[in-house]
Order: sequence, then structure tokens, then C-alpha cells
Amino acid sequence: MNALTIKSLKSSVEEKVILNGVDLELPEGEIHIIMGPNGSGKSTLANTLMGHPKYKNIEGEALLFGEDLLKMKVDERARKGLFLAFQYPVEVEGVSMGHFLYSAVSSRNENGNNKDPKRIIQFRNSLKDNLSSLELSSDFISRSLNVGASGGEKKRLEVAQIMTLKPKVILLDEIDSGLDIDSSKLAARAIKDMRKEKISALIITHYPRIIDYLEPEKVHIMAYGKIICSRGIELAFDLEKKGYDWILKEFNSENGDING
Amino acid sequence: MGEKQNDVFSVNLDKYNFRDTEKYVYKTSKGLSKEVVEEISRQKDEPKWMLDIRLKAFEIFLKKPTPTWGGDLSSLDYDSYTYYIKPSDKKSQKWEEIPENIKKTFDRLGVPEAERKFLAGLGAQYESEMVYHSIREDLAKKGVIFLDTESGLKEYPELFREYFTKLVPIEDNKFAALNTACWSGGSFIYVPKGVVIDIPLQAYFRINSEKMGQFERTIIIADEGAKLHYIEGCTAPQYSTLSLHTGVIEIFVRKNAKVRYTTIQNWAHNIYNLVTQRSIVEEGGSMEWVDGNLGSKLTMKYPSIYLMGNNSKGKILSIAFATHGQHQDAGGKIIHKGKNTASTIVSKSISRLSGRSSYRGLVKILKGATGIKSSVKCDALMLDEESRSDTYPTMQVEEEDAIVSHEATVGKISDDVIHYLMSRGIKESDAQAMVVMGFIEQFSKELPMEYAVELNRLIQLEMEGSVG
Repeated sequence: MNALTIKSLKSSVEEKVILNGVDLELPEGEIHIIMGPNGSGKSTLANTLMGHPKYKNIEGEALLFGEDLLKMKVDERARKGLFLAFQYPVEVEGVSMGHFLYSAVSSRNENGNNKDPKRIIQFRNSLKDNLSSLELSSDFISRSLNVGASGGEKKRLEVAQIMTLKPKVILLDEIDSGLDIDSSKLAARAIKDMRKEKISALIITHYPRIIDYLEPEKVHIMAYGKIICSRGIELAFDLEKKGYDWILKEFNSENGDING
Repeated sequence: MGEKQNDVFSVNLDKYNFRDTEKYVYKTSKGLSKEVVEEISRQKDEPKWMLDIRLKAFEIFLKKPTPTWGGDLSSLDYDSYTYYIKPSDKKSQKWEEIPENIKKTFDRLGVPEAERKFLAGLGAQYESEMVYHSIREDLAKKGVIFLDTESGLKEYPELFREYFTKLVPIEDNKFAALNTACWSGGSFIYVPKGVVIDIPLQAYFRINSEKMGQFERTIIIADEGAKLHYIEGCTAPQYSTLSLHTGVIEIFVRKNAKVRYTTIQNWAHNIYNLVTQRSIVEEGGSMEWVDGNLGSKLTMKYPSIYLMGNNSKGKILSIAFATHGQHQDAGGKIIHKGKNTASTIVSKSISRLSGRSSYRGLVKILKGATGIKSSVKCDALMLDEESRSDTYPTMQVEEEDAIVSHEATVGKISDDVIHYLMSRGIKESDAQAMVVMGFIEQFSKELPMEYAVELNRLIQLEMEGSVG
């Protein structure tokens, strides 16, 4: 079964069409990488899938385990197992990470006894473990969400959220930007561990470094608001050596120069 | 839109919206007159000097015009209220002795349970009279007085007279005069020298009769080096016709004493809530008002602190939540007279569904008060375009070396933040409530746990109606 099935997906931001018919299939348990030049629509794809109100879906469909994702409210998408690690996580003053994440966990378990102190303690301990595996201080649990965290800490905090919420499908929007080598390793290792539980992932990145750790099944190249090419992981390393020009040329000669 | 939300609101607040069959021992006729004032005093079996003060206050009340500088009081009809109701003829020390219908009310509010769990002492005010009063024995042994105000007057007449109206004089304002003329209930607290009370003293107040004014009078005295935290919580049933609450609170903080007064008021949406809260602080003392205002039709409330002694400190931390048909006109007042005194005002307001909140504040630094530090911060959060928020800050500084700061922000909840929270599975209304709670976190973290939880719940209920 496909974790994600995206067909002819078009969407716009502030009246401007960015996604121009994206087709992509992510089988359950696979990790796919999305690369592409700046402005090609990678983040728009992630945000459209998550349902940010600024991103308007115009056409096409997106299915999460066969269910129509685009009809669901944002919170419903999350409860069905979708998770977006944001490129720029927001700061929320006065809301502690612990309280926030426990509310998120509780929202998946509305009939359970979420006020049971045992559950809360258990939750806290596992969050602590997750943070420490990413070399983050457990102080983050009681601090305001993302407030005062460095860029790299924010990215790792997103990974800690993944470990805690245990989603089925994750979208990582440049999780490795702004991370030093050691931190990217930590983040990648955490995600790799989740492969055991058949997690599926779409990873937007500029650096093939993360690919080394993750052993993804496929690399998709995005340009002009479309997936223009999908191949094995060796493509990522070619791109690192040669840049995007050659692949854009190849695409344009096959399809006519849609870039004008 | 508004109606649907009101539905949600009234359903969810059902717990506070019940009403007992009226069963009273005594009730004055509607409206206020010399006869009614005399009757109140006679019913309470008061000394003559108190009756004289009441009558004088009544005269002043009649003479003073209704203030027009704050909220809209034009539809306030003083003759439509009953000014005194006595629910039961004897006071009880034990829960078991309380009349059944009153007990039922408190059971629904969870008062005895709360007391067992958390509270050092409790005065539960049902209508105008304290019917239930208890205090833990160890406090009584230390000489702490925690009585309803009537008993305070009876049992400690000299101490009472020494402080009554000394901080809020009868002439202070129309509502202080009104309160003085027909006051009933409230707490009388005295903490002797050096006595430190670690757990909060607490009182619940309720108005149960339609068109009944409530005029509690509270006097708190913390003698030298004493320490006290007093909590007052308010819930009231909702009615369609207007109701009036006009309390007066006088707090005396002696040398090196420390008092915190915490209140969260959640009045029914038809109540005029016009309260005078004032405190005076002697050398090295510290006073803190922690003041939460929810509900009511109009609240006008500006807790004040007079820093008279050198090195004394004052802090006012307040929140106001204004929703449809409500105006929260709140703020604070700090007067620096002593040298090297410090003050902080933090005011947070939330408005939604065309609700209106205003901050009205005064910081005054008198001639001779050198070495003053004062900071004022007011933040307003508006949840929609129709709501309104105003700020009326006044600073009067007569000493040049004062360090005074004022900071004000007005903001809205960002879509990105709501989206972020929702993207983890949290419902939209919960996400909004979470951001609102985050906005007032500086306030709620100062509350005892059960109050913070209750506040959280109230805001969550309010927010459930705000997402369409």
C-alpha cells in the first residue's frame, strides 16, 4: 500500500500557482528524497500536504493510505499519521513543549484517561529520553515551545516531536539545513531507527549527506512545480557533483522548454 | 454567529448557572433608602457608630454623581436592586450544620472538597452573610483572625474601628459610599506580628438572588513581618436582568509584612462589577494584587497600592477577558511616596467577539520619593477584527532620578502558530485556547494549581465557541 499517493497536484500561494501537477507515490515503509533548485515548489508541496491555510489546493489529489488527505482538517491529517517537520518551526510564548506535546498525544487518545498521573510521568520520561538521544537538554520540556532555541536546536526539537508522536508518514522540510555534521547524524540516526516501525518519509534536502545515513529508496527531482525525474540514490550524488543544470536541460529537451 | 457561541457557552458553564429556590429569613424591599440602611444595621445588631457611618455614607452616595470617565453605567438603576438578604439566621462552624439548600449549592461548586484538599481556612459567602466559616486550629492558636466581617466587628470592635474606612474613605467614590452604606459580608483578617501563613486563605462568594446587589467589605491587616496569601474566587449564576457587585477591600501591610491578594472573578454576563481595592504598604513591606477578570457586563476595577514606607514594593498582575457584550475596564494604580520603592504592573487583556477591554493605569511618584523604579507592561491580544482594546496609561513623576518604563503591545493570534499546533493533532479551538493561555502564562503561573486548572478550563470553554 502507498503511504502517500499524489496525483496531478496543483496549488497556489497568494494567487500564484506554485505546484503545477505533482505526481508521486511513496510506498509504505520507504524513504524518498526530494531535491531541486530553490523556488521549485518543494516546501509548497510539504505545506500543501499538511494543509497550511496559505496554500490553496487547485486541482489533483493527495491520498494518505488511500484516504483523501485534502478534505481533512489539519489536525485530522496529523491524527491520521502525517507529520511535517517545519523548515522554520514557530515559537510559542508561554506554551511549554511538554504541555503542547502531551496535548497532541492526548488528542490521539480522546477516550483514554489522559489525566492519569502515571501516563503523564511515563510520557515525560520518554520525552526526556528522546531529547537526550538528540543531545538536547530536558529543560526544553518546561520551556516555551521553540522560544530561545538556536536554529539547530529547533530542527532537533522537531525530530524529538517525531519520536514522541510516532507518526506514520513524515515530511521533513530541510531538517538538515543549519545542522552541523554531528547534529545531522543524530537526526538521521533517529529517523533511521524509526524505519523498523515502517515509517515512511519524504525528505526535502539540499545535501546528499543525510542520504548516506538513511539509505532511501528513491530520489525525486522537483523543478517548475513538478517532479521532473525520479531515480535511485546515485542521482543525488551526481547532482552534488554536477549541479541541476544538466538535468533541467535534459527535462526541457524532452518536454519543450516550459520555463519559457 | 454570536448566538451559537452563547449557546455553547451557557451549556458548558451549566455548573455555575443553577439557582436554588429562594428561601430567606429576611429580605429588604427593593431600592435603597434611609429605612433600608437602618434595617440592615438593625438586622445585624450593630453598634450605633456603625449605623451612623452607614447613614452618612448613604447621604454621600446620594450626592455623588455616577462616574462617566470609565465604562458605560447609564443603564444602572440603583432602585432595581434588593440591598440586603439574610439567608439563614445562624452561622455554622461545621459543614453538617449548614442548611440543605445552601449545602447543595456549595457541593456543586466543590467548596468543601477544595477546602479539605488545599485550604487553610474558608469563608463561604452565600448571599450577603457568611454562613460557613472555619479556620484551621493551628492558625487560630497563632492568633490569626479570619472571620466574616460582621463577626470581626462584633468580636474585635476596637481593632475593626481602627481600620474600617481608613484606607477607602466614605467620600472616595460613589460606589465606596454605596458599599459603606449597605455592606454585608466579606472577610476580616488579622495576622499578628511575625506570623507567616504558608498556605493560602480562601473565600468563595456567590450571588444567588436576582437583582440583588452584593456589597462585601474585606479588611486585611498584616502586622509587622507577617506574611499572608488571601484568595477570593467568584462564580455567579447567569440571569437576564442586571445585577450589581460593589465590593470594597482595604489591605494594611505593616512594616516588613508581605501580602498577596489573588482573585479570579467569573461573573455572570449581566453583572456590573464595580470594586474598590486599595492597599497601603509601610517600610520594607510588599503588596501584590493578582487579579483575574472574566465575565460580567462591565467591570471597573483598579487595584491600588500606596507605597508609603521606604524600600517597600508593589506589584499588580492582572488579566481581563472580554467577550461579546462585555467591557473589562481594569488596570492598576501605584503611588510612590517612600524612597527606594519599586513597582511593577503587568496587565494582559484578551478580547473577542466584539468584547472590549481597557487598561487604565496610574503610576505616581511624589516629590521626595527618590530612587524609584517602576515598570508597566500591558499587552492586548485581540482574537478578531470586531473586538476592541484601549490603553489609558498615566505617569506622574515628580522626582528626576526615577526609572520608569512603559511598554504596550497589541497583537493577534498568528495563523502560522495555530497551524503549527494543529499540525500535531490539536483541535483548532484547543490550539487557540493554548495560545491564549500562553499569552497569560505570566499570570497563571502565579496561581495555586487548582486555580490555574480552573482558569485553563474556563478559557477553553470560552474558546470552544470561537471557532466556526
